[in-house]
Amino acid sequence: MSENIRLQLNVNGHQHDLAVDPRATLLDALRENLQLTGTKKGCDQGQCGACTVHIDGERVLSCLTLAAQAAGRDVTTIEGMADADGTLHAVQASFLKHDAFQCGYCTPGQIMSAVACIKEGHARSDDEIREYMSGNICRCGAYPHIVDAVREAAAQLSKESA
Amino acid sequence: MNPFHYQRASSSDAAIELRSQQDNSRFLAGGTTLLDLMKCGVEQPETLIDISQLSGLDTLRFEDDKITIGALASMSQLADHPQCQALAPAIYGSLWQAASPQLRNMATIGGNLRQRTRCVYFRDPATFPACNKRQPGSGCAALDGVNANHAIFGISDSCIAVYPGDLAIALTAFDAQVVLRNSQQQERRVAIGDFFLLPGDRPDQEHDIAADEMIIAVEVPNVPALRQSHYLKVRDRASYEFAAASAAVGLEIEDGVIRDVRIALGGLATKPWRATAVEQALRGKPFSEEALRLAAEQSIADADPRPQSQFKVTLTPRVIVRALLAAAEPAQRGE
Repeated sequence: MSENIRLQLNVNGHQHDLAVDPRATLLDALRENLQLTGTKKGCDQGQCGACTVHIDGERVLSCLTLAAQAAGRDVTTIEGMADADGTLHAVQASFLKHDAFQCGYCTPGQIMSAVACIKEGHARSDDEIREYMSGNICRCGAYPHIVDAVREAAAQLSKESA
Repeated sequence: MNPFHYQRASSSDAAIELRSQQDNSRFLAGGTTLLDLMKCGVEQPETLIDISQLSGLDTLRFEDDKITIGALASMSQLADHPQCQALAPAIYGSLWQAASPQLRNMATIGGNLRQRTRCVYFRDPATFPACNKRQPGSGCAALDGVNANHAIFGISDSCIAVYPGDLAIALTAFDAQVVLRNSQQQERRVAIGDFFLLPGDRPDQEHDIAADEMIIAVEVPNVPALRQSHYLKVRDRASYEFAAASAAVGLEIEDGVIRDVRIALGGLATKPWRATAVEQALRGKPFSEEALRLAAEQSIADADPRPQSQFKVTLTPRVIVRALLAAAEPAQRGE
């Protein structure tokens, strides 16, 4: 009944043609079809944030997005964050500097969420960072360092754009 | 997830037409409820009609007489609208305290109105085959189960599942209208209080919406009390959690007298719950904390808790009073 559907995904600036089951989520298409395994599958129910990616510049959950829904839109994953020469995004560098993780499983989602959080202008205080990062669960409990990392990256990015 | 056909609609009329032709089809917008429930095995549609990329249905208009919210506007779009926080603080509060930023970027206003209960028994058909909301007449595991977070208002012998949303609580306090369009291109307006149905013996029927109707907009009358409104959400953790109890309230105070007051409750009832008796007790009375406390007690006259949810009976009047005091604060300060 559910014959494969053909679609074009634009991920990190590259076009990919693929044929997927209509049930395939964007998360599964990224990991299984495109081998972009940086985006993590945590709960697969929209509750943990590990699968956070950007679609058309906005942070969304790839586990609750059908691959078909993302067709023709710009998808950015953690693999698309660093510059081509390997220079890390300010948020990535800040996570390293502040040791904002323990096991690292939630980290790609945390970073994708933090980049958007800063861009939205929701990183103006520690309380605001906690509120607007609450969709990303860290089972290791690295939250204090995550807040440190986001705060410093936000300050750095606003200095750069000033 | 069960297999299904995926169709991307080219226009809203085409989407409604597709929907009316296929019994077991669903509109797919943000997907945050529907895909989740499909993964749980609760929803098993044969066809998904993707309306998420349709243009023209995400308009937001703040006008003197009413606020018009397009059904495909996302929760973030509405919260981020430059006038939302100032002109409709209760709506703003109900949005930013709901779900997570990622979910709010995805979830649409129309889809939000159709979100379904988080009752753990409803969401787990494999472990709990009986559920009157999934299959009327099959039974209910929540009645004698873990039900501390179930409803204490509007329940029936069939279902005590709580309505989980926040936005609809604010919309209910301010008498919003849900605008529906059908396959004959006819529009119908339903008062939000009537859009949500009580469970009765058919808890599977949750909304006044026909199979060939699509929510295209929500209209909120722009009354003075909306400007002086507040949404208070009390929950087990500070963020990213459903309400244990919430209140959307609005006040219009003139010379210390309450001219208009609006109170709707969330996290407590099977549908967004208007505290009409409390409103009546307060209208025309001088504003005071004591008057609020006395009147708020009337909210629990028709409460019907389970032993585990008894705490919500204590919580309800307190949440009402706190919310009203917060809404009154700017006026109290003479702003």
